[in-house]
Amino acid sequence: MEMNSQVIEEQVYNRPDSFVDVSTHYCPGCTHGTAHRLIAEVIDEMGLKGKTIGVASVGCSVFAYNYFDVDFVQAPHGRAPAMATGVKRVLPERVVFTYQGDGDLASIGTAEIVHAAARGENISVFFLNNTNYGMTGGQMAPTTLPGQKTTSSPRGRDVETQGYPVKASEMISTLDGASYVVRRSLHDPKSIRLAKKAIRTAFEVQIRGLGFSLVELLSTCSTNWGMTPVESMHWLENNMVPYFPLGDFKVHPAIAGLRF
Amino acid sequence: MAKELMKGNEAVAEAAIRAGVTAYFGYPITPQTELLEYMSRRMPELGRVFVQAESELAAINMVYGAACTGRRVMSSSSSPGVSLMMEGVSYIAGTELPVVLVDVMRGGPGLGNIAPGQGDYNQIVHGGGHGEYRAIVLAPGSVQESVDLTVLAFDLAEKYRSIVVVLSDGSIGQMMEPCELPPMQPLKTKFPDWAVTGSEGRDRRFLSSINLDPAAQERMNFRVMRRWQEIEANEVRYKEYYMEDARFVVIGFGSTGRVALSAVRAARAEGIPVGLIRPVTLNPFPTKAIAQAAQQAEVMLVVEMNNGQMLEDVMLAADGNAMVEFYGRMGGVFMLPEEVLSEICRIAAGGLSTEGHPRDRWLNRSAQKK
Repeated sequence: MEMNSQVIEEQVYNRPDSFVDVSTHYCPGCTHGTAHRLIAEVIDEMGLKGKTIGVASVGCSVFAYNYFDVDFVQAPHGRAPAMATGVKRVLPERVVFTYQGDGDLASIGTAEIVHAAARGENISVFFLNNTNYGMTGGQMAPTTLPGQKTTSSPRGRDVETQGYPVKASEMISTLDGASYVVRRSLHDPKSIRLAKKAIRTAFEVQIRGLGFSLVELLSTCSTNWGMTPVESMHWLENNMVPYFPLGDFKVHPAIAGLRF
Repeated sequence: MAKELMKGNEAVAEAAIRAGVTAYFGYPITPQTELLEYMSRRMPELGRVFVQAESELAAINMVYGAACTGRRVMSSSSSPGVSLMMEGVSYIAGTELPVVLVDVMRGGPGLGNIAPGQGDYNQIVHGGGHGEYRAIVLAPGSVQESVDLTVLAFDLAEKYRSIVVVLSDGSIGQMMEPCELPPMQPLKTKFPDWAVTGSEGRDRRFLSSINLDPAAQERMNFRVMRRWQEIEANEVRYKEYYMEDARFVVIGFGSTGRVALSAVRAARAEGIPVGLIRPVTLNPFPTKAIAQAAQQAEVMLVVEMNNGQMLEDVMLAADGNAMVEFYGRMGGVFMLPEEVLSEICRIAAGGLSTEGHPRDRWLNRSAQKK
């Protein structure tokens, strides 16, 4: 049947200019792609593409440099905040961000993230928390929930012998050098929109020279969790959000009123 | 330019500044700390970068990041701290970045002590970090040479996109000597076409040591090793003393080489035909010079403040053409000229046993002394 009407086209989706036109290696249902896209959108909106230097870490997002059309370096496991410090101190006019997972940031790189924050290092950190080591096949991470099964906690994380999850954002927010520390989630459209605003705010903090900013993004790992993408989103909402509450842990007064 | 009386560690810091170091990242550790302290005063007053890191691990990774921008960058530490840096050293080598690292060696292993040592030879010269890479290693024997080699280190690092280690020790770092400092070079304003600086006006750049395709990684390793052949052909440096008619040749590096020179002079005064080779580049090693000396010498005496690490390289170079003997002090015990002289006299007297490895003969002799 032929439509006898004027065709009205409205573009509602476009690949961000800061995003390379390739398929990612991420699994179906993984929220890394979402986080990448949000960061690329913000870089575009703020006109930062030529001024931004990303620091990739070790884990599934080790290949983040393949997807952002900006200059990138790639750090040893956990050392992204130290490497970012080196880049930013030499190039203070550039916008420097790290992209780290929970094993990278909250386990092997604990000292580096804590001291980058304590120094008030003027960098932005995007911290993807999916409660396990994704790239190596789903081992227990510092963020693995009590009772959660992983390949190295096959009977579920026993807090008596394997300790408790690290709430990195809460911990880092206690440091005077940290200017913006928040936790968001990527499990539904509303959360994703709020996550994007937080990413924008983190970059605004850096551009204003206010110091260290960190956005934790609760994320899924469907493959290692053994769930469908939809089940993963529900599991995140029902299990991770109660343990890792969403919210603002530290907001520098100079950006408290910012609205996007 | 007038000479100044300076402590080794501070002279190295000032030499690096005058060579145009843009950023210094370090962590306190004896006997290197004056270098860090000096940088903490001087770098900010020049508008350059100084960061005291939370660990040597962080310091070397800050260096890694800063080196990615194509600027002259450095760190310094001492033995245990350098061990902690080995992760970053391997990544820096894998990314082919120019970096200068100063190791002011102390007694070890482990926490050991803060007295001078040379026990890091194997770690620094033969690897340290994982994987295939080579570091250019320069061994100063005085404060002046520390200054000169620090300046050279930055030039070599950039020329070959390589890590260059200035392998000093606690005695050279701590002693004060007159030295002539180089003129102040301006900071670089042109940066290499691989430097990560923000992609404005050009295509994006990416620096990493990752290479998931084994064939591509092998090609990179080949490229780096061919560059190393070039370094071996062009950058070997060593000092020879009294070698023309030498029947006995002492070989020592850094402060031990300097101690050995005193002993060689004393032996010459007694009429013993002894010479000295002091390798200045430990990597690339002066293999040819030592091989040539092995043709002329009856006995070569390797002296080190360790358990005989350079000894192995000398034995490979001598290739059985001369007998090799070893004398070492360990654990931060400083070697004295009298000890080296007494070894030279023992060798000159003849009647040496050739039984076993030179290190075992040394161990057996030192057991008998007790």
